Amino acid sequence: MTPPPRMDPDALLQVEDLSVRFRSDTGVVSALNGVTLAVRPGETVALVGESGSGKSVTSLAIMRLTPSPPGCEVGGRVWLRGTDGRPVDLLALPGEAMRKVRGDRIAMIFQEPMTSLNPVLTIGEQIAEAIAVHRGTSRASAWNAAGELLELVGIPEPRARLATYPHHLSGGMRQRVMIAIALSCDPALLIADEPTTALDVTVQAQILDLLRRLQKRTGMAVIFITHNLGVVAEIADRVMVMYAGRIVEEAAMRTLFQAPRMPYTVKLMRSVPRLQIGGERVALEAIPGSVPDPTNLPPGCAFAPRCSHAMEGTCDVVGPDLEEVQPGHFVRCVRWRELAGGTAR
Amino acid sequence: MIRFLLRRLAQSLLLLWLVSVIGFAVLHLAPGGPLAEFTLIPGMTTAQLKLIAHQMGLDRPLPVQYWEWFRRMLVGNWGRSYRDSQPVLDVIASHLGPTLELMVSSTIIAILLGTWVGVLGAIRRYSVFDYLATVGAMIALSIPTFWFGLVVIYIFSVELAWLPAGNLYTIGNGSFVDYAVHLISPSIVLALVTIAIWSRYLRASMLEVVNQDYIRTARAKGMPERTILFRHTIRNALLPMITIAGLQLPTLLSGALVTETVFTWPGMGRLFLDSIGYRDYPVVMGILMFSAVLVLLGNLIADLLYAAADPRIRLD
Amino acid sequence: MAVAADITPRESPKRRARNRALARFVRHRLALFGLGAIIVLVLLCAVGPYLWPYNDLRIDISHRFAVPFMSAHILGADALGRDLFARLMIAGRVSLTVGFAAMAISTVIGTLVGTVAGYFGGAVGSMLMRFVDAVLCFPSIFLLLALAAFVQPNLFTITLVIAATAWMEVARVVEAQIRSLRERDFALAARVLGASDAHIMFRELLPNAIAPIVVASTLNVARAILLEAYVSFLGYGIQPPTPSWGNMLNNAQEYLATAPWLALLPGLFIILAVTGFNFVGDGLRDALDPRLDIT
Repeated sequence: MTPPPRMDPDALLQVEDLSVRFRSDTGVVSALNGVTLAVRPGETVALVGESGSGKSVTSLAIMRLTPSPPGCEVGGRVWLRGTDGRPVDLLALPGEAMRKVRGDRIAMIFQEPMTSLNPVLTIGEQIAEAIAVHRGTSRASAWNAAGELLELVGIPEPRARLATYPHHLSGGMRQRVMIAIALSCDPALLIADEPTTALDVTVQAQILDLLRRLQKRTGMAVIFITHNLGVVAEIADRVMVMYAGRIVEEAAMRTLFQAPRMPYTVKLMRSVPRLQIGGERVALEAIPGSVPDPTNLPPGCAFAPRCSHAMEGTCDVVGPDLEEVQPGHFVRCVRWRELAGGTAR
Repeated sequence: MIRFLLRRLAQSLLLLWLVSVIGFAVLHLAPGGPLAEFTLIPGMTTAQLKLIAHQMGLDRPLPVQYWEWFRRMLVGNWGRSYRDSQPVLDVIASHLGPTLELMVSSTIIAILLGTWVGVLGAIRRYSVFDYLATVGAMIALSIPTFWFGLVVIYIFSVELAWLPAGNLYTIGNGSFVDYAVHLISPSIVLALVTIAIWSRYLRASMLEVVNQDYIRTARAKGMPERTILFRHTIRNALLPMITIAGLQLPTLLSGALVTETVFTWPGMGRLFLDSIGYRDYPVVMGILMFSAVLVLLGNLIADLLYAAADPRIRLD
Repeated sequence: MAVAADITPRESPKRRARNRALARFVRHRLALFGLGAIIVLVLLCAVGPYLWPYNDLRIDISHRFAVPFMSAHILGADALGRDLFARLMIAGRVSLTVGFAAMAISTVIGTLVGTVAGYFGGAVGSMLMRFVDAVLCFPSIFLLLALAAFVQPNLFTITLVIAATAWMEVARVVEAQIRSLRERDFALAARVLGASDAHIMFRELLPNAIAPIVVASTLNVARAILLEAYVSFLGYGIQPPTPSWGNMLNNAQEYLATAPWLALLPGLFIILAVTGFNFVGDGLRDALDPRLDIT
């Protein structure tokens, strides 16, 4: 397989023009419309957006786990650098080769720790089977490794826990088990799909802390999917804001929080409650309207119908391209130059 | 677990009591009641009948009669057969073996075949196979068991002469193979309905499990499809089937009676039918009660098995 | 976006979409086929005997065991030379009548028990439903035979006995429905307005449970036809010389080697009728009660 001509020499994963369409009885749902992104080894990239923006579909498409019954078409390229340094297109891999990538080079954790573990298998079995299938190790040594992994993710009495069933554990503990499974084969990339959304706030902080420590230790890259900007500020190196199946703004975390360019990003940040001790309260703003119907996307900028800066005859006609504001900062808005003059509120 | 067990046991006891009330009601509902047998004897006078009724305790108030009957039933005194004066429970016990043999072998066939059809229907949903299985199951549920038995006999015993047309074994030949060969046709006939029911429920159960988050997890950790199917999907889909299997017991017993009739199989079903023919009241009542108790026990065992198989129930 | 993994990733989307449309179509067609079969059978049994030259009871020794399609006895003749087609039509009258009548009686009993149990709930309701559970402990054929053995078997008593062993499913369905409807606003409103229990039960609640009752009743016709066949085959149902599809099979086993059509044909009529009602019941369930997806 020839490497792509434009693959970033530093990138671990490079997604090019990824699109996902579902056929349903009501029409064709365009869940993803040409997503391009790159992830470098060891960095944390956050995908942010409202529900339905395509962030989960992006992660499932990279893993090739998009649901099949509604008739799903995936297009584009997903280049992953192999252990030998050569990139392969995951979307072009035979099914069996792709299976070997899952859980080994790329691991994934999910939003619902309560239902993501098999209720009739012990925790030890569920970790050990992943090790056994990728490493071909014996049952005993896989079991041993599972115990060490439980210790690593901070589960008390790890050896004793191996023989217990998922329902014995709290949501936070189950998410730790999920993380242990994900880490079992030392992945180069971890995709975390809203891993803290279903957890209590205190547990959320513990899980984020754990992920950060583990990342430092293993050097893996993380794609972190969330709708929570607070979490983004805590964990991300770079942020990609998604809207209606497209990336609408991409920047380093600090840049994005300090100087967002896309009106949607601005609105998103204003819709988050902020605690300001001693200061005056910032009024919360809800974004008017709702996410566009993915079976019937507006012709121009998908955010135009909800955008207070939308210009008739421009924004609702021309779909904007992703333009570079400064190195590493991209925005998808025709008016970003005008709005940059301080009017972007 | 203990509490669950006790609660189920209490429920079963209540049901057992209700079953006994219904059984007693059927007994006394019948024209002539337990006296029916004697009213048929030519030359029997009313005075003689009265005497018999008195000797049988039938002239006492119904609640007293019920209590007497229930008390004796609990300690295993189910009366004696009119035909040969054997204790009813002994008569039933001597016919139980062939029935259980038939039920077990047909259940094994049904579970193996039904699981195959159900799993394949679920993983190839909306395929031609799935349609045939769906329509086939509905037709199978519409076929009278005895007619299917006649067809099997006609094809395999009359036309092809591969299998015997009935009986437990060939007289003068008691070998294991001979027994086994005699078991084939009736087991298949009795299995038909169970296959249909089992495959339909399992298909639905599979389709539910397939959409669970933990199946996606298994796929995300790179498990081979075969492992996902056998270790994760089928295992979970079979859990609720334990309860379904328990609930099928009455149907299975009904089917056994009919199958035994067609294949002259000397089991409980045939005994029941013969006893009705002879108006052997105590045995008829005995089998009716016995089968209901068997069903109750079967459901209780199914619940216990379910509790044993599903780790989530162990703690409650 | 509902995202879930499925175990069937191999088919092309186009084929799947077509297959799903096919699924609806086939379902629909099966129900139509069932309805067609029922109508044809009912017409045949009701009108056929008047048009057919042979009488179902006329013995004609010269045509004993006439083979189907070989003589004017188009479906052959039995051991006494009676025309099989004429007998099948008359038998159909009996079997279908028993089926419909037993369905009607069991639906009424089941609906009454279920409505009362569901509406009152509490001790009354749970006792009634435990009673239903207890009756269901008896294998239906055993109970049926035990009851049938003690009555003078005729059309009326056999219908009653079958109804007595077939009302429990309806009771369960209705009870569940009424119980869930009881606390809804309109029932509460009726109670506040001072409506009587009977009024609320039968005027306000029951009409909302019609759909599952219709489905259960349709399936109960199939069940009743089967039960009649069983009990008549075993000799305790409809008595000869009145033919029923079940008792026509009574002696057929003896002639299995020489005249297999005597066993095959009545069975095929039973299967046609029973599948007909099962298909219609299934189609109705799909149309009226989409939650239940077990066929």
